[in-house]
Amino acid sequence: MTIEEKDHKDQRLAPQQQLLEDEDIEVVSPFRDAVRQLRKNRMAVAGFSVIVFFILLGIFGPLFTPYTYDGQVLTNRLLPPSAENWLGTDDVGRDLFTRVAYGARISLMVGFFAVTGALFFGTILGVISGYYGRWIDMLISRIFDILLAFPSILLAIAIVAILGPSLQNALIAIAIINIPIFGRLVRSKVISLREEEFVMAARAQGMKNGRIVMHHILPNSLAPIIVQATLGFGTAILEAAALGFLGLGAKAPKPEWGKMLADSRDFIQLAPWTLIVPGLSIMLVVLGFNLIGDGLRDALDPKMKN
Amino acid sequence: MSKRVLDINELHTHFFTDKGEIPAVDGVSLNVSEGEIVGVVGESGSGKSVTSLSVMQLIPNPPGKIVSGEIMFKGRDLVQTSLKQMKKIRGNEIAMIFQEPMTSLNPLFTIGNQLIEAIRIHNKMGKGEARQKAVELLEQVGIPRANDIVDEYPHQLSGGMRQRVMIAMAMSCRPDLLIADEPTTALDVTIQAQILDLMRQLNRDLNMAILLITHDLGVIAEICDRVVVMYAGQVVEEGTTREILKDPQQPYTKGLIRSLPDMKAKNQKLYSIPGTVPKPKVDMVGCRFAPRCEYAFDRCFAESPPLYHIGDNRTSRCFLNERDQREVASHDETVIKG
Repeated sequence: MTIEEKDHKDQRLAPQQQLLEDEDIEVVSPFRDAVRQLRKNRMAVAGFSVIVFFILLGIFGPLFTPYTYDGQVLTNRLLPPSAENWLGTDDVGRDLFTRVAYGARISLMVGFFAVTGALFFGTILGVISGYYGRWIDMLISRIFDILLAFPSILLAIAIVAILGPSLQNALIAIAIINIPIFGRLVRSKVISLREEEFVMAARAQGMKNGRIVMHHILPNSLAPIIVQATLGFGTAILEAAALGFLGLGAKAPKPEWGKMLADSRDFIQLAPWTLIVPGLSIMLVVLGFNLIGDGLRDALDPKMKN
Repeated sequence: MSKRVLDINELHTHFFTDKGEIPAVDGVSLNVSEGEIVGVVGESGSGKSVTSLSVMQLIPNPPGKIVSGEIMFKGRDLVQTSLKQMKKIRGNEIAMIFQEPMTSLNPLFTIGNQLIEAIRIHNKMGKGEARQKAVELLEQVGIPRANDIVDEYPHQLSGGMRQRVMIAMAMSCRPDLLIADEPTTALDVTIQAQILDLMRQLNRDLNMAILLITHDLGVIAEICDRVVVMYAGQVVEEGTTREILKDPQQPYTKGLIRSLPDMKAKNQKLYSIPGTVPKPKVDMVGCRFAPRCEYAFDRCFAESPPLYHIGDNRTSRCFLNERDQREVASHDETVIKG
């Protein structure tokens, strides 16, 4: 082969190679892609920062103060924020910063366990009713309907009234009232996925039902579940605070934010910080979760991709 | 004659809906022999897909149900087979590929992931070994850069490539029968030809029988050995591809062939059969094609024509073929009565 011929051959190959290199776009897993999308969303990043702040506050906050959440110093009642008491003190002289920091632990824990519980049972029930249909779907869906027919807080109150007022029971009540929300979401997603061709193809491959659910149906319904779980976190914290406010959640002296609000509502004019501090904490945490939830919804929605 | 892989006898698959019972498949008999490619052709709603799903026992129930008939696969009646046994047959001995390659793959997992899973359903194999097999399968179906493609996601592949992946998946257990439900409908013509070539090559290399469901006579002409023409849930004509295309007997088949665009005739309006496929009902009187048939006469509206045997493995459901009818063996008599 002469040099000229070789050159000619190289030239012919060149565009093809070019094409191959162009095609070599980075392989991105859907999860990584979602994280990338989320990081571009400023509001979601802001929400995420707020939540991280409260998590750090819950873990490390108490280390910065010499006080305990139930240590009463009766000479220091209703003090405004100062160098000693960063956020002031309440009506029995407890340091508000310490109490809010401990309260973050309680609220985030309530949110986490209530959402996890609701998610777990809601997903199981939703998958069963959506995938198997027929009478079992009828039964589960009607139970969901009944649960959703009550105003959620009223139902929570009723459940706590039966179980007895305590933080743990409030948590259980919140989990129960959130089950139908997750259940319905999962059910509707499962029903639409069940008809997808890749599920039919999986069946035609001889795949067993359990595997189809675990490998095909659940992973594909994850996006709305994650979004709902994040938003549910906020709602759960709000509901826990409401129950606490009504005296059906955490018991004194536990620094539950809702309870703190209830305890200090007589001092709104005398010492507004006693209300503002726990109130603002609730608002910020719920807002943070809502912002992340909205961001996730955009990041996980294929239609929003650019 | 070589061994029959699939032998469907008098299959009735009905759907029980609010509007009543719909016999989507109404007494269909057809068979596929070893290494043979049989095409099932017909308009939308003629019961082709329901027939293929019946073979896989994948009819959504409710509302669908196989009311009667038998589906003999390698000497076993699939209608009577337990669901557990059926799961061992699906994908292993009978594989199926679908119309929409775009949605037949799970968008969340890599190609390799899904292939490995398909391989491991029926074979005891380590993940590394299965991956090796996955790459081999991809190469076998003509996917370039198979080693890279295994780690890609379905959305990164074109429709033709995805259909190749589906075929690779179907081939993973070397099935005896491949059911292809309109495998090329969603693809453009050049890719369609490639996929058909691939299917024929696999059919020859592996001696795998194929039941090809399509509404495209071009596809039939390309690769099928025999053709079964369906109309409104019934078989209306059956024969070799050559016989059907050159010498169609039943008026519906004639109409289908006339509706193909003719390269020679220019500027001519494309022929189409007037009307649409009637909705199958339980008690239909007369020939189902009669309202659209240009040859129809009184008898066609009064009674249902049986399937006349007019040659070896050649049948037609039309009264006009009555005089061509051959002496048939007693075994086939039941078929005629139906």
